[in-house]
Amino acid sequence: MTFKLPPGLALQKVDEKIMTLNVGPQHPGSGHMRLIVQIDGDYIVACDPDPGYVHRGEEKMAEYRNYILNIPHLERPVIHDSCNVLYPYVLGSEEILGIEVPERAKYVRVIASELNRCIYIMYWLAIYGIFLGHSTMFMWPAGDRELLIDLMEKMTGARVTHAHFVPGGVRNDLPPNFEDVCLRQVNYFEKRIKEYAAIFYDNPILIARTRDTGVLSRQDAIRYGTTGSVLRASGVDYDLRIKEPYDVYEELDVHTNVMKEGDSYARSKIPWLDMLESCNIIRQALQKMPKSGSVRTKLKPNPKGKGLDSVYKRVESGRGSLGCYIVSDGKVEPYRVKLSVPSFRNLIALPNLLRGEKLGNMPSVYWSLNYWPVEADR
Amino acid sequence: MSTETENPPEDTTKVESPPPAPKKPEATPVVIPAFEKSIADKIVEKFGDKVEVGFVKEDRVRINVGRENVHDVAEFIRDGLNYDHVESVSGVDYPQDNEIEVVYHIGSYDDSSLARQILVLATRAQRETNPIPGNDATRLPTLRDVFYSVEFHEREIFEMFGVFFEGHPDNRRLLLPEDWADLPPLRKDFTIKGR
Repeated sequence: MTFKLPPGLALQKVDEKIMTLNVGPQHPGSGHMRLIVQIDGDYIVACDPDPGYVHRGEEKMAEYRNYILNIPHLERPVIHDSCNVLYPYVLGSEEILGIEVPERAKYVRVIASELNRCIYIMYWLAIYGIFLGHSTMFMWPAGDRELLIDLMEKMTGARVTHAHFVPGGVRNDLPPNFEDVCLRQVNYFEKRIKEYAAIFYDNPILIARTRDTGVLSRQDAIRYGTTGSVLRASGVDYDLRIKEPYDVYEELDVHTNVMKEGDSYARSKIPWLDMLESCNIIRQALQKMPKSGSVRTKLKPNPKGKGLDSVYKRVESGRGSLGCYIVSDGKVEPYRVKLSVPSFRNLIALPNLLRGEKLGNMPSVYWSLNYWPVEADR
Repeated sequence: MSTETENPPEDTTKVESPPPAPKKPEATPVVIPAFEKSIADKIVEKFGDKVEVGFVKEDRVRINVGRENVHDVAEFIRDGLNYDHVESVSGVDYPQDNEIEVVYHIGSYDDSSLARQILVLATRAQRETNPIPGNDATRLPTLRDVFYSVEFHEREIFEMFGVFFEGHPDNRRLLLPEDWADLPPLRKDFTIKGR
């Protein structure tokens, strides 16, 4: 019985020395994604990423629901970073629907998105740690993440998928006494993550495994159009919170973290430095936030756009610049919603980084890209 | 509240002449940002009536161009205007125009004056009623040799809209399963079951 397998599923014999290996999609080391790797002995000759195992058609679904009903499902691609995933969509819908946002809501959004950034990075750090065989680095971030998840639960009512941002502000006001609790938790969180340096980032074993592996030069980082921590680890100072400030980031003192090496070590350290910066931003926002006032502009039922219109908004998420392109034709549903996600944009660097690396270095390079398969597939 | 008590006589006079209120939006002229205008002007100067300026808004310039000139315009955007990467490639299906629009959102990392800017380059491909992806007239020239960063984006547009990019080195499926035999799913005539 001859049975033709789809391309990539059959084991190809390239020549005597080169072997094709499927990593994933079930293997946890690749996330929900398959990497078709060709190896010569221990060295990777070529890598062909095959995403799409968690493709859920978010963009198609968004064309069938109105601007408000789109909120709970558009945050699904990255549930750990759900505020930041919704952010560009909400900013874009506000422009299309012509809604003003109260000042206090803008601060609440900044606090929520910075807390979410830390929650995401902690989750990513836990996975990065366990795939490098560092189980303490799995346990610590997974535990400390709870501090911030508890905060988000107080703020939004949900632990992971918040659906907190709506066109016109945020869904609910902060609970009483939130500012004090938040400040206390964030200060403790910052003290705690500073301890990671001694056990993880200054650890000679981690440095030996990640230093000079998967080096992405500044020139290539720009040419591939990478974003976020991958870009900043290669020496490009680009952070949308500074370059194209949205909401109230203009009034806050934000610093970017840039490293020049472009290797896996730099790529794994930048998100950690980002978390320390997020703590600073949260403290500033808590101080400057108006102490009372509305957090939500009341919308009319089924708001519509004013006619043919398109808008492209982008924010800095936990992984990098996240854009949302919304086309409206004046109906209650958007005509087209496109999410331009950082994971998908960073994926293009993976085949180029893995070529010539040892197979054993694959997890450190792959996870250092800050890649989230569900987000890339949408 | 106590300060307003002096005003009531003025209020009564205002009630008699309410019409000026609706005129206000017309009175404020639409300010076209100068820097964005200069970017659009440079492209129009170079290509004349081959390009059409879609809009000039704050930080966003949109250029509409025909499929035969899109490659030249993209090369000029990279070499003449210092844009260096594509952030997003979106397809938009317009069955009423019988066309599929492909929109490139182009940004710049190297040129700090362009850091806020996004150049929106839009082109349109012919739409087939019964598409055979890869083997029909729905074709566009690829921009992969101009902007390397479009590689995966264009693969996604090919499988989701059936727009074949001529000259793209790797036109395989990316997200959809290998055995997908239905219409390209983001076209408007592919409908979700039960809706």
